[in-house]
Amino acid sequence: MVSDRSKLGFYLLLSPLLLWLVTLIILPHVGLFFVSISEKVGVREYEIGFGNYAVFFNEPLYWRTFARTAVMSILTTGLTLLLGFPIAYYIAKLMRGRVKTTLFLMCLIPFWVSELVRTFGWMILLRETGVLSNFLQYIGLIEGPVEFLYNDAAIMVGLVYTSILFMIVPLVTTLDSLDDSLIEAGYDLGGTGLSILREIVIPHAMPGIVSGCIVVFMLSLGNYLTPILLGGKDSLWFTDLIYTQFITRFNWELGSAFGFLLLGLSSAIVFAGLKLSRQSLTNTMGR
Amino acid sequence: MVQPADLVCKDITKDFNDFRAVDHVSFEVPQGSFFSILGPSGCGKTTLLRMIAGFQFPTSGDLLIKGKSMIDVGPNKRPASMVFQHLALFPMMNIGRNVGFGLRQRGVDAAEIKERVGRVLERVGLPGVENRQVDQLSGGQKQRVAIARCMVLEPDVLLLDEPLGALDLKLREHMKIELKSLQAEFNTTFVYITHDQSEALVMSDNIAVMNKGRFDQVGTAKDLYYEPANAFVAGFVGDANKFEGTITMIDGAAASLETKGGLVLRGQVSSGTPAVGQRAQIFVRPEAIELSKTPIDPVDHPNARAHIVDSVLFNGANSLVVLRDPKSGETIKATLPQIGDFLRLSKGETVFSNWHPQQARCFAIEDS
Repeated sequence: MVSDRSKLGFYLLLSPLLLWLVTLIILPHVGLFFVSISEKVGVREYEIGFGNYAVFFNEPLYWRTFARTAVMSILTTGLTLLLGFPIAYYIAKLMRGRVKTTLFLMCLIPFWVSELVRTFGWMILLRETGVLSNFLQYIGLIEGPVEFLYNDAAIMVGLVYTSILFMIVPLVTTLDSLDDSLIEAGYDLGGTGLSILREIVIPHAMPGIVSGCIVVFMLSLGNYLTPILLGGKDSLWFTDLIYTQFITRFNWELGSAFGFLLLGLSSAIVFAGLKLSRQSLTNTMGR
Repeated sequence: MVQPADLVCKDITKDFNDFRAVDHVSFEVPQGSFFSILGPSGCGKTTLLRMIAGFQFPTSGDLLIKGKSMIDVGPNKRPASMVFQHLALFPMMNIGRNVGFGLRQRGVDAAEIKERVGRVLERVGLPGVENRQVDQLSGGQKQRVAIARCMVLEPDVLLLDEPLGALDLKLREHMKIELKSLQAEFNTTFVYITHDQSEALVMSDNIAVMNKGRFDQVGTAKDLYYEPANAFVAGFVGDANKFEGTITMIDGAAASLETKGGLVLRGQVSSGTPAVGQRAQIFVRPEAIELSKTPIDPVDHPNARAHIVDSVLFNGANSLVVLRDPKSGETIKATLPQIGDFLRLSKGETVFSNWHPQQARCFAIEDS
């Protein structure tokens, strides 16, 4: 009797998760997969085949955009890590008590505003008539107005900015759990700042680094808003191609194929990253 | 030939904002000796040790290791290593890499590191554990690895920050003896801080009792136990019965003290003789109290009196009996002899007790 009731409770609690997974993740993907393998042969006539995938590999624009998106996302991840690590170390190890909480909250404040508004903020700063351009003219570094928007650097800035929080949070958590006496012991035994960072701090923070990198990489790869707004028409971000196929070209078949290729790409890169850093997914996400 | 002391502290003071953690402390530790700093928590002993290790810098005073001043020398440049309270073994490395960490920082080549790590692990009694992980070792083994990790660097001074605190009682007793023999084996100067007086008494050549940032007394275990310099040392080191009262008579080194309940006790004054009428404390060790079933003549024995057994605290060889004075109601703890009639002593019985005035210490209460 009791075990029956507890079983019922278990399934009741599980059902929202199952519903969410099945109706919002699995069913659409199965549907998309079938769309992606149907080739249009005539009006409302479809055949099963991998023609849509072949289009991707035969058209250089498509797979170059694809590769560019991947490389830029990896660069963004690396840059975010480089910027986020010192910030996280500062918050977790050098600050105490209320200052620590305040600083941590201050990292969060920009996220109270929608991503669209934050991206427009960068546009105000970087556009031809924007703050940066005007300031540089004012101090006499440049002659006329300069457009800082619509290039790869602007995309990178935007991507790092939107995703840095997701790097800082796991890093602060793992660095917080590093016992200060380990760092002191390192110094006591003759270690220098650099060797302690390499031998003690980074190995300890590895799960946080990897989980932060996975999240940031996924967010950058799948980001649509930031590359389009800051990169303009020439941003050539893969999500933009998918959008175009679905909305502008009404070519759902090709769009679905692109979607699956993106899924495959992100999974492959995350897998490679885990193998390279010798971490397991359970170890990094389970913390 | 007089060897220079390994560690010399000259008038060291450390202030935190307006709080003085260490107050003009001076001491010397000769080469190869075991020096303990004993004190209650918050007395400044950890701050003192961290200053010797180099994690904190004294506000004033000088600190010399092997005759060289260590002021402005970082912790990674000092010839002193520290065994941390929770050992601080690096969980991300195996035992061999843990012990070899310091040698790697010095740029010793790999083959030599391997050899020296193997040798030091053998000396602490753990040969061949290099490839094990930290969490595969027991508490006592970790302790020895932590010591090996420091000793492989051949430091002049080894600092130990209550490393036995986290161990269970049996293992702690065992590690006390082991630490002492390791110290003899390496012949290195050990500076050990603890709040556990039995750790300090068993292991040390010299002990400093620290209270409120100052050293109250420095001496051997026997000195501290039998000749405490003040009331704090008498109360902190070892067990003692404490009576507070007013001095009624001073006769040379002997003093009489009358408690609130009207009990008159005789004890010996050691330093700072109190005046008649001044408030004072008398300390008597439980093992100094002699028990008898027959009355003791109070003429020759000023501290002899009849007591009623209040309770018996059985603890094997360390059993105590709590005696109550029928007149004043004050209690006194005495060691219970595990022989004869005393074996079956029970509550309510009358027992006669006595102690020699020379085994009781009387200190004036300083007005603060």
